[in-house]
Amino acid sequence: MTDFFQLFFSGLATGSIYALAALGFTLLWQASGTINFAQGEFVMLPAFMMLGFMSAGCPLLLSFVASCVLSVVVLGWLFKRGVVDPLFKYGMMPIVVATIGLSIAMRNAVRAGYSAEPQPFPNLFPDQVYDLFGVTVSATDIGTFAFAIALVLVTQAFLNKTVTGRAMQAVAQNTESASVLGINVPRMIFYTFAINALLAAAAAILVTPTYLAKFDMGGSLGNKAFFAAIIGGFNNSRGALLGGLIVGVCENLAAAYISPAYKDAVALIIFMVVILFKPQGLLGKKVERKV
Amino acid sequence: MKKLGFLLGLAGLAALILVPGMLKSHGIYLFTYWLIYVIATMGLNLTVGYAGQKSLGHAAFFGIGAYTVAVMMQAGFSFWLGLPMAALGCFAVGLVLGFPALRVQTIYLAFATLGFNTAVWLVMRNEEWLTGGTFGINNIARPKALGVDFDGNLNYYYLVLGIAVVLALVLWGLLRSPWGKAFTALRDNPIRAESLGIDIRSYTLLSFAIGAAYAGVAGGLFGSLVQFIDPAPFTVDGSIMMYLMVVVGGSGYFLGPLLGAAVGVILPEWLRFAQAWYLFVFGTAVVMLMIWLPDGLLSLPDVLRAKRLSRQASADRAAAAQQHSAQGAKA
Repeated sequence: MTDFFQLFFSGLATGSIYALAALGFTLLWQASGTINFAQGEFVMLPAFMMLGFMSAGCPLLLSFVASCVLSVVVLGWLFKRGVVDPLFKYGMMPIVVATIGLSIAMRNAVRAGYSAEPQPFPNLFPDQVYDLFGVTVSATDIGTFAFAIALVLVTQAFLNKTVTGRAMQAVAQNTESASVLGINVPRMIFYTFAINALLAAAAAILVTPTYLAKFDMGGSLGNKAFFAAIIGGFNNSRGALLGGLIVGVCENLAAAYISPAYKDAVALIIFMVVILFKPQGLLGKKVERKV
Repeated sequence: MKKLGFLLGLAGLAALILVPGMLKSHGIYLFTYWLIYVIATMGLNLTVGYAGQKSLGHAAFFGIGAYTVAVMMQAGFSFWLGLPMAALGCFAVGLVLGFPALRVQTIYLAFATLGFNTAVWLVMRNEEWLTGGTFGINNIARPKALGVDFDGNLNYYYLVLGIAVVLALVLWGLLRSPWGKAFTALRDNPIRAESLGIDIRSYTLLSFAIGAAYAGVAGGLFGSLVQFIDPAPFTVDGSIMMYLMVVVGGSGYFLGPLLGAAVGVILPEWLRFAQAWYLFVFGTAVVMLMIWLPDGLLSLPDVLRAKRLSRQASADRAAAAQQHSAQGAKA
């Protein structure tokens, strides 16, 4: 039974990282209808930014802050201006393909320009384990989980409690009415992209110590984020949190109790079941079809 | 215009027959590789471009086709039995995959098919007794027929070309038939199509199944071309790449796959001069291409025509305004 709880807790930590990436993903979808196939690479790039700053002599936290700023500029502003804005009016397909191209380009730029080998990355949390009622839990797991959940809750509070956040939600729900009410729609959409970039940078600092910084680290992470987002409900930002945690925990348990070879199938099976019985996701609202 | 199109098609076909004869063996190999992807993306173009079903699981069918032929040949059956079985098998699996499409659409469907692809890939990788796992299946022979040995690269190329032409003609006929119209109706407005008496249920399933059958044939040819298969080409990335080919070439354009597959298969080879950076250049090129022509390469004539018309219209308007003001001055 202690094994079970140990797996459960480390699953929660992984799941909370999935939740961060998934949350950014759903926010982008809600605000601008962008399906970002480069979401995994959006986590990979800040990891390498931090490595760059650190090799220039900055301490970890300062590099993290600097990477956050750089991410907002590159992955937020530049991505919106350069790729999403020109393609927005052409529907889903061109944006999907452009972000696929972007993910190939980002991955291989890092591979060719930095290194193809996995890079070690310093841990934000002390290398310590605690004993809670016989269950061993590492400080990294606790720290990761707490940090990620705090970020998700802060984002939630920002969206629900502040005027700007509510304006962003209004834009996501109905762009036209929002602009009639005097909300600066392009700016709200930019804020969404900026928040996505920040969440990605935060996911990077949490995930990289365990998974190492590698050019293709985004691949599976991006996939899990998609699945988590849909399991939880694509049009609900609380869903991303729930979906991420479910995927993280189930994956860890399945790898131990069923078969590690089919670990990657877990997210998929949950996803298929959810799609079949509740296509709008566990917490999602149903969207009516229009003629 | 129709005559011109016919002549251009004939010239293109002549080029496809003649050019590889002058190439070295790697060039012929690359052309064959390209044609195989053309066959696969023709099927995907039917599913995505004509019927409007966002499918991101096409590489799974490609893989199922390849493994069907390889496993059957290992068991001693002929390639010529394996290839139709690959098509049939994929048709059946495609029908099944069509069912989620009846419940969910757009991005949900894209991820459902993507998930299907992951599942198929996991089976290919883990079920070693059937697929050889990551070691794959070696020594897949090339076929013989009617005294012709397709072992040589050029002969095999002509075999693939022949099959590609036949499949293209079948698709052309299909798209011109009422079925083709039903597919596009399904894409443009499913509810209206249904109210006009089109059984959208069966057409959705069929669009998946026929597209999958094309991928199955392409997969069978692929295994025999490379003579070795492992799960690597049939991952989700493979599906995403095929989707990219369809959209870049021009989804819903009949000749889109020709250009799209060229971008996906031949362009990276050309970019080898950029060495380690070649995939970066490729990805950037795809992004720029999308920004320039969001509806794909084949939309270029339409874009140019629209530009010319709008220029003409604004020139006409300016002339009319001038005339109007001149009349006003006279009065």
